[in-house]
Amino acid sequence: MSRRTLLRGAALGAGAVALPSLLAACDSGPSGVSLGSNASDAVPKKAFAAAFAAYEKKSKKTVKVNTVNHENFQENINRYLQGTPDDVFMWFAGNRMQYFAQKGLLADISDLWQHFGGFSDALKKQSTGADGKQYFVPYYYYPWAVFHRKSVFQEKGYEIPKTFDEYRALAKRMQRDGLVPFAFGDKDGWPAMGTFDYLDMRANGYDFHIALLSGRKSWNSPQVKQVFDLWRGLLPYHQKGANGRTWQEAAQSLAQKKAGMTVLGLPHPGQQFAAADRDDLDFFPFPEIDPAFGRDAVEAPVDGFLMSKKARDKSGARELLTYLATPAAEDIYLASDPNNIAVNSGADTSAYTPLQKKAVQLVSGARQISQFMDRDTRPDFASTVLIQAIQQFLNRPDDIDGLVNDIERQKKQIFAAG
Amino acid sequence: MTAARDGERKAVPNTRARRAGRRGPRRHTRRDLAVLGVLLGIPILLDLALIWGPTLASVGLSFTTWDGVGDITWAGFKNYDNLFTTYPQFWPAVRHNLLWLVFLGVFAAPFGLLLAVLIDRGVRFSRFYQSTLYMPVVLSLAVVGFIAQLILSRDQGALNAVIGGRNPTDWLGDPGLNIWMVLLAACWRHTGYVMVLYLAGLKSVDPTLKEAAAIDGATERQTFFRVVLPTLRPVNVIVGVITVIESLRAFDIVYAVNKGRNGLELLSVLVTDNIIGEAGRIGFGSAIAVVLLLVSMGFIVTYLVQELRGEERR
Repeated sequence: MSRRTLLRGAALGAGAVALPSLLAACDSGPSGVSLGSNASDAVPKKAFAAAFAAYEKKSKKTVKVNTVNHENFQENINRYLQGTPDDVFMWFAGNRMQYFAQKGLLADISDLWQHFGGFSDALKKQSTGADGKQYFVPYYYYPWAVFHRKSVFQEKGYEIPKTFDEYRALAKRMQRDGLVPFAFGDKDGWPAMGTFDYLDMRANGYDFHIALLSGRKSWNSPQVKQVFDLWRGLLPYHQKGANGRTWQEAAQSLAQKKAGMTVLGLPHPGQQFAAADRDDLDFFPFPEIDPAFGRDAVEAPVDGFLMSKKARDKSGARELLTYLATPAAEDIYLASDPNNIAVNSGADTSAYTPLQKKAVQLVSGARQISQFMDRDTRPDFASTVLIQAIQQFLNRPDDIDGLVNDIERQKKQIFAAG
Repeated sequence: MTAARDGERKAVPNTRARRAGRRGPRRHTRRDLAVLGVLLGIPILLDLALIWGPTLASVGLSFTTWDGVGDITWAGFKNYDNLFTTYPQFWPAVRHNLLWLVFLGVFAAPFGLLLAVLIDRGVRFSRFYQSTLYMPVVLSLAVVGFIAQLILSRDQGALNAVIGGRNPTDWLGDPGLNIWMVLLAACWRHTGYVMVLYLAGLKSVDPTLKEAAAIDGATERQTFFRVVLPTLRPVNVIVGVITVIESLRAFDIVYAVNKGRNGLELLSVLVTDNIIGEAGRIGFGSAIAVVLLLVSMGFIVTYLVQELRGEERR
């Protein structure tokens, strides 16, 4: 084989690879709605595909899904929305959605909302922008709680702690029994936020927590210092080296019965359990700290859909959103991804696993629902200040004063920037 | 084709002779000037549009506040003030970039030279060593980052599995330790690169120089430092330049390990965090980029000045 034939072969090969994608790129005519998806993991990707297929069958229209890696989708959202975004795209409820609504990048769907049924007032609030208009179609949610293995609790005779003192005492006992009380990994920067959120909501209440995250309360206040102080008291019971461990590795140590408990969201630990052990997974609500606030607040991030302001097929996008707001659309999704809970009260819960049923109970009993630290505050504050601050706290838990002053100074700059 | 070329060849000396006769020595015809203008003009325009344009735009943006969507507002030196006084990641990032430079310059580059000399002298299996040591260079730093994680992860890494013990070291999670581990991985790659460059240089050193030195009674060490190394000057320059470039643009390996947080902050990562991520603090991120630009300029200017002076001396 001469060099020339080799080159020719390579060129032909490259052409053969490039041509279909070029043709596909030309094929973006007006037929059908385009949908930007961040569901790059196998299970949700398949579940969403089923839901969209059902819509295509029902409406005889096509949905063109562009799936992007979950993390990359989030990181590029700013430029995505200003470039040529898809008509409909997946996103999160709360402040993290309101931020983009405020920038005028989202389409107002208040008129669609008037015909939606089965969404609670709390959900409507999470779907509403700062201007009082609705932008978001909620799809599913997943509560955060303290996860553990039933068999471990039974075998060692542990009781579910209701108060913070019981929680700490249980941790102490687990340590004596040779278990790591809390499996814990914060390498990705966000998993530890869940623990902070719960400590703050239990010690200072939901209203303070939300005010703090929206920049109205100061971070160097005694309340926030108390939260970090409570956390510091628990740190000796947490798995060491959290900043070097992913949440997946942390959940695995729970699955391997090396650790006793972990604070995570509903879809997280289950993925790391072998199928046979999944029934052994259970959770309890984060214990009470101040009786005035009890266990009223539950952290339950809502995922759903938005329509971009620049949508080309506006009527198609609105029709798709209307379909996605129905209980049937949620049922199809959850049939393939049993790690979440449907938001619509009309959704079919008969096929739920016991864990899902318990999660529904937890959320329906909640008096307030928070999203998550990085969804309840500005994206720039969460990603450039809070992630780093919490990791720093985990490295050096003793300098709380310096830490909260650092956060407060940066908060003032970021929130002043508008 | 050949006819045209022949015509050209004939035409050029003719015109030149005629003009030279009429107006004294003039070196460029009008057509030469046009060709020169186009050939130089296009790269200059590209350079202005693709390099200096964005650079100046960044410098301009660094004095503003902008979220990438709304209005751009003038902020004066506020971004810089915030950067130097209240951004906790800034000074660690500067330190890490400089540490990177020192580490690669003081350890990786000389070690690469040592390996090159050893291989050049023909140790046994030198081909094998050569390819083994060069292999990491083919890998992107992001891949090196993943390899580092496979080996150094606290709970599931290969190293801790070998060492064992009840209290495993957190190689990549301990903020006092992880920068050294990452530097080691970066070194592993950089050494191979430097080695290959020196190897090529050593092959081109005239052996008669060494012979002459030996006849003059120079020891091996003297021969190397006084004769061989100075003749390697062009390679030294290249190695110096790539070392500076590598350490200032370092990014992928720390980003692969933990997104450049928790002890692995670098200026390039801070720029990315603030501008590319969900954050949209474009003015602030540009200020960090300008600092990085100034640091790079410092090295480039020093290097150019030295180069030009060196040329004059010779």
